[in-house]
This record gives sequence, structure tokens and C-alpha cells, in this order.
Amino acid sequence: MKEMLNHRAAVKDVSNEKESISTIEKISGAEAVVKCLLEEGVELVFGYPGGAIMPVYDALYNYQDNVKHILTRHEQGAIHAAQGFARATGKVGVCIATSGPGATNLVTGIADALIDSTPVVCITGQVASTLLGTDAFQETDVVGIVTPVTKWDIQITDANEIPEAFAKAFYIARSGRPGPVVIDITKDAQFQQIEFKYEVCTKIRSYFPKPKIDPTKVEEAAELINKSKKPFLIFGQGVILGQAESELKSFLEKSGIPSAWTLLGLSALPNEHPLNYGMLGMHGNLAPNKLTNECDVLIAVGMRFDDRVTGDVKTYAKQAKVIHIELDSAEINKIIKADVAIHSDAKEALALLTELVKHKEYAEWINQFKDLQKVEYDKIIKHELYPTENGLKMSEVVRIVSEKTKGEAIVVTDVGQHQMVAARYFDHKNTRSSITSGGLGTMGFCLPAAVGAKLGRPDKQVIAIIGDGGFQMTIQELGTILQTGVAVKVIILNNEYLGMVRQWQQLFFDKRYSQTEMINPDFIQIASGYGLDAQKVTKREELDSAIDKLLNAEAGYVLEVGVEKEDNVFPMIPTGASVSDIRLE
Amino acid sequence: MKEQFTISIFTENKVGLLNRVTIIFTRRHINIESITASESEVLGIYRYTVVVNESRENVEKVVKQIEKQVDVFRAFYHTTDEIIHQEIALYKIATSSVQNGLGLEKIIRDHHARILSLEQDYIVIEKTGHKADTNELLEALQPFNVLEFVRSGRVAMMKQIDNFSDTLHELEKVHHLE
Repeated sequence: MKEMLNHRAAVKDVSNEKESISTIEKISGAEAVVKCLLEEGVELVFGYPGGAIMPVYDALYNYQDNVKHILTRHEQGAIHAAQGFARATGKVGVCIATSGPGATNLVTGIADALIDSTPVVCITGQVASTLLGTDAFQETDVVGIVTPVTKWDIQITDANEIPEAFAKAFYIARSGRPGPVVIDITKDAQFQQIEFKYEVCTKIRSYFPKPKIDPTKVEEAAELINKSKKPFLIFGQGVILGQAESELKSFLEKSGIPSAWTLLGLSALPNEHPLNYGMLGMHGNLAPNKLTNECDVLIAVGMRFDDRVTGDVKTYAKQAKVIHIELDSAEINKIIKADVAIHSDAKEALALLTELVKHKEYAEWINQFKDLQKVEYDKIIKHELYPTENGLKMSEVVRIVSEKTKGEAIVVTDVGQHQMVAARYFDHKNTRSSITSGGLGTMGFCLPAAVGAKLGRPDKQVIAIIGDGGFQMTIQELGTILQTGVAVKVIILNNEYLGMVRQWQQLFFDKRYSQTEMINPDFIQIASGYGLDAQKVTKREELDSAIDKLLNAEAGYVLEVGVEKEDNVFPMIPTGASVSDIRLE
Repeated sequence: MKEQFTISIFTENKVGLLNRVTIIFTRRHINIESITASESEVLGIYRYTVVVNESRENVEKVVKQIEKQVDVFRAFYHTTDEIIHQEIALYKIATSSVQNGLGLEKIIRDHHARILSLEQDYIVIEKTGHKADTNELLEALQPFNVLEFVRSGRVAMMKQIDNFSDTLHELEKVHHLE
């Protein structure tokens, strides 16, 4: 502690020294905000101006060559775009909004970023500090509202705090388990003149983002694995966030252990990898769900046992010894008790484990996976991918896009049936190529997130696969595509229903389709109104060439596919049922 | 099974942090029985003392979610027999109600309480102790017509020699000095 105190004293001395240098030019708090972004290497921000953030927008005007600002059509669009950018690139996404409604419009995206561990820095304007708490025009207690859904937040009333707050914000957003932070800056602080000096943050004394791995736990885990006859590895987004894709692959290949992924873990391991047995959870594959309840050792890497993955926890993997590799200690033993917990990032733990595991052949065990795979293929998959009768299926659209892009595209999805179908049937080749709202299940996420993803990865084909319901939740972001010219390819899978809710109504509410049928507008005319080329198809024979046209378009493009109205996604684990009770119909 | 736990949380002194900590309880629908915040023995580091009735399993999870907060150093939870704890209570009675025969002096003496303020209209009595003790005094003062009663949240210390400075030092060594 003494060292800490001394360290603090030293910092104080430096700042005194700084104050004594009178040659430093003074800049406004607003300009300091922009300079902080430059210091953090930010080249792209998403936002929407308004009264209390105007000084920052005025400062941005002078830095247009350094920081590109994307004007979305709604603040929710701005944060989802920042999330899409972050998820596609691994960098911190940045969005800006004004006070009051501007800031509250960010809340859904902030909650989404927290639950899906996405690094985002949100900058919000606030009324002048003298007006705080007075119900001033466009005043809302932003920090109070966002605290439950942020990793960290701060309100700034003195511009001198801006550099340190931004340095901390970026460090917190990207380190450890990433997440969203909010910096709320009063308007007077944006005008205040300060001497600007920036120091990148590398540590915070109360924050421990990189735990020291306990090697004895790794040894215990290796021992369990080496004695195991039926080991099974399941992984989540922690592999992607921890850049542990190659460590995962090496571990699997050395050990010969079969694996499966959560929705957010998708793309960390290529789908075609022989030890990749597909998706876990409610609409996941048959083999990994069933065999979760038959394995003897379950190795969970960088995941949090969401209820959509586990089904009924009382019957989840009870027969297995559970090894949980997880960076966030609050996730360990939160849902599933770990027999061996390795509190560590996935990269370090997997690398150490790989050294200690023995290579074994699990022929019989692997055959169990293959047998169930075949059952699922015969009963469901082949009919989904290659239908010959009735209306178009979402799955065949996804298959064709997957084939035509050779699995190289970044697929951004919304929430619902199309999301599950895209996750099930697109064969991803590269990491960070699946972007979706997993934990929060935010309809309206897809379109703006796709804009952010494409701006982050202009070299990639970015496909927004979206339902007719979710599309209309943020449809105005077509305006962002129009204004920026960003070449997002949109595929609307239109079944004229809120399909997933309708599916549940069919299965669990006696087909009482309460408020799920949608009378939709003419999406092609709307797209045209936004200056985008667009086409609608409803027939199987038109599909292939329509997808070619979409993929070959230079600019943004909208393809509406009229699909079977009352199709269902299977397999399915009904809510509260066990993973072994997964239904094929 | 629910039992009483006292949670000690060591934090930075930051606006809004108390809210950030309390919502971790409220989102799980856990009622906070008492809460206090004060400086600790380490300059600039604050400690919150929170009392809840909850299962050990849930308390463990809550404490980890509290520790996860960026501005929280550490959080500890203890059952009541693992801590030394105290509360303070104030009682206001009308001066006019103090008549011979009711034995106020004896009550104050027996309860190890004291008179904090003696005014023309009223008397304020102070007592520190466990909740049961301050409740007993409240009971005993009923004949005097208690005008006002207030009790603080619990403050508590662990029954072990370690102080938080050592813990901090250890954290610093493990996480920041490499």
C-alpha cells in the first residue's frame, strides 16, 4: 500500500509540474474530447448531434480528416453500428449522442453491449452543471439510467477530468471482459478551456482485468481430461475476445476432443473443422445438446452457461465433471458448478492445457456424435437446405449465400427465426464473421450493426440477414447507407410474421397468433426511396440469380425473399426442458 | 437456507458507486437490511457495510458481481458470528414525561446508555449496541412516550487480525507489479 500511496504522490507531483508550464496552449473541453479519440487511435465514430453535445460536434468539424463521423438516423442505430464495428474488428466502437432522449436512445444498445461483452465507448452531452438536477430541457439522469448496463461510467463537470476519464474509459472498455462505458459531459465542461495532456491508461488500482492463472488448476483439468473416455469441449465468445482461436484449434487437434459452440462462439472455429459438431442450445444441433448429458468431462471455454444454452440446469451435464475456463470470476459457479475452475483468459489456459493433454482416439465417442448428426441431417437438415416443394425456406437462402461467398462473408443477423437459421446453416471460415445480438436478443440490431461491420471491414462482403419485423425496427438506417454509400447487402427473409413468437404460439399457445401477423409495406419501394437497388423474389428458380445480383452489387443492395409463412425452426429445446429432451419436430 | 450476512466492500470514493453496488442486490430482489458507508483506515479508500438475509450461495454470487465493478477493490462476506459489529440508536423523549418513580436514571444506567442532549422540551438518549440491545431500551423507554427513535446501519469488523492494507498490498503485488 505504501508503494501505492507513493505512486499517487508521484503522480500529484507531475501534475503540479505540468501546471507550472505556462506555454501549453489551452483548448476547449470539446476539442479535448476529439483529441482523446485521436490519442486512442479512433478513426471512426457514430452519432447524432443535439443541443447539449453541440460543442463536441463543432470541434469534430475541424478534425474531419482525422475522425470520420457517421451520421445515423437514430441514436440506437449509432450504438448498434459501434457494436457492429467493434465485433467485426476487435477495436473499441465509439458513439456520440446528446443529452436526454439522445442518451436514453442508446440504452438498449448499451445493455446489448454489456451482455455480449462488446467494447464500446459512449459519449453523451449533458446540460450545464448548474442545471443538473433541475429538470432542465433535455436533462435526464443518464448515468443513473445506464449504471445497471455499463461496465463503468462517469459524469464530467470539469473539463480537466476529460483526458484521464477517456484514457480510463478506453482501457476499461477493451480490457478484461470487454463492455460498454459511458462518459457524460456537461455542456459547460465542453466549453471550458483546459491544458490538454494525454496519458494512455494501463492500470487502475482497483481493477484486475488479467487474473494470474493458477497452474495447479490447469494440472487438475489436464488430469481429468486425460482420464476421460468421453470428453466434450464447448466454447463461447471468450475464445474470440481472447484471440484464442488458434489455441482452441491446437487443443482440439492435439487432444482429439469433439467440440460445439454457443451462438456467440460461432466462427471462432471454422464450421468445416472435423472436430466442430455445431451449435449448442435451444435451436442448436442434436448431437452436442444430447451428448452434453452423456459426456464424462465437459470443458467450457469462455462462456457463461446462458439459459438458452443449458435448458434446465437441474438436469444439465449432471453426469460430467465440469472444467470451466473463464476470465470473469463472477461467471464461475454462477449457473453451473465447476469441478475445476480456471480463472483465466482462454488463450493462456488453452495453451497451457494443450501442453499437458495426451492425444487419444475417441472413436466410439465421436461416432455417437456422427450418428446423431446423421439423424438430424436426415430428419431436418437436408429438407431445410435442399427443399423441392412448397415456398422458399430461410435455410436454403442462407445455404446459397454461404456457398456463393465460400463462407468468407461477415454475416450480421437480427433476432428470431432467421437468426437461428443463419447460425445453423452458414458455414463460417473466419473468426469474427458472425455478428448478432445474443444475450439481449435485440430486434433492430442487424441493420445498423451491419453498417458498422462494413465500415470496420470494407474488405469483406457484409451480409445483413434480417426478418421483416426486426428490419422495421431500425429501417431508417437505410438513410445511413444512403448517406455514407456503405455497401451493406441486406437480405430480408420475409414471412409476414414475427416468426419466432408465432412458432411458440403454434407450439405452446394453441396456435393463438396474438399480434404476430404483420401487414408490411413495399420494402422494394422503400429501398428505392433510399436510393438502393432492390429486388423481391418468391420463387425457387429466381433465388440463385437474385443472390448473385446482391453479391455482385457494388453498392448497398436489398433483396427481399418471400419465404414460407408458417415455417418452424427445429430442433428445439422447449423452455425449461433438459438439453436431452431436444425435439426434432 | 437464508441467514444473516454482513458484506464489507472496499471501494474508491466515486460518485454513483454506491448506486452501482446496491443495484446488484436489487436486481436479484434482495432486500438490504442495513447499509453504511465510511472511510477506511487507508486514505482515500471507502468501505461499505451491507447487511442482508440471503442464502450463502446467492451471497457468494453477489459478492463476486460486486468485486467485478471497476472501482471496487475487494468485497468480503461473513456470518454474524464471524464479525464484531455495532449500531447506534438515538431516542428522543419529552422532558415533561420524566417524573419521579419512572426511574429514567436506572434505565439509562442498566442499559449503558447516556444522555446526549438535555433541552428544556426534550431529552436525547444515545445507546450503542446490537439491534436486540437498542430494541430493549426502546421497550424500556415506552412509559416516557418516545417522540423519535432512529437507529444507524451496522458497522462491522472481521474477527481476524488481517487489515485491509495488507490485502491491498497483496493485490498490488499479484496484479500490478509484474
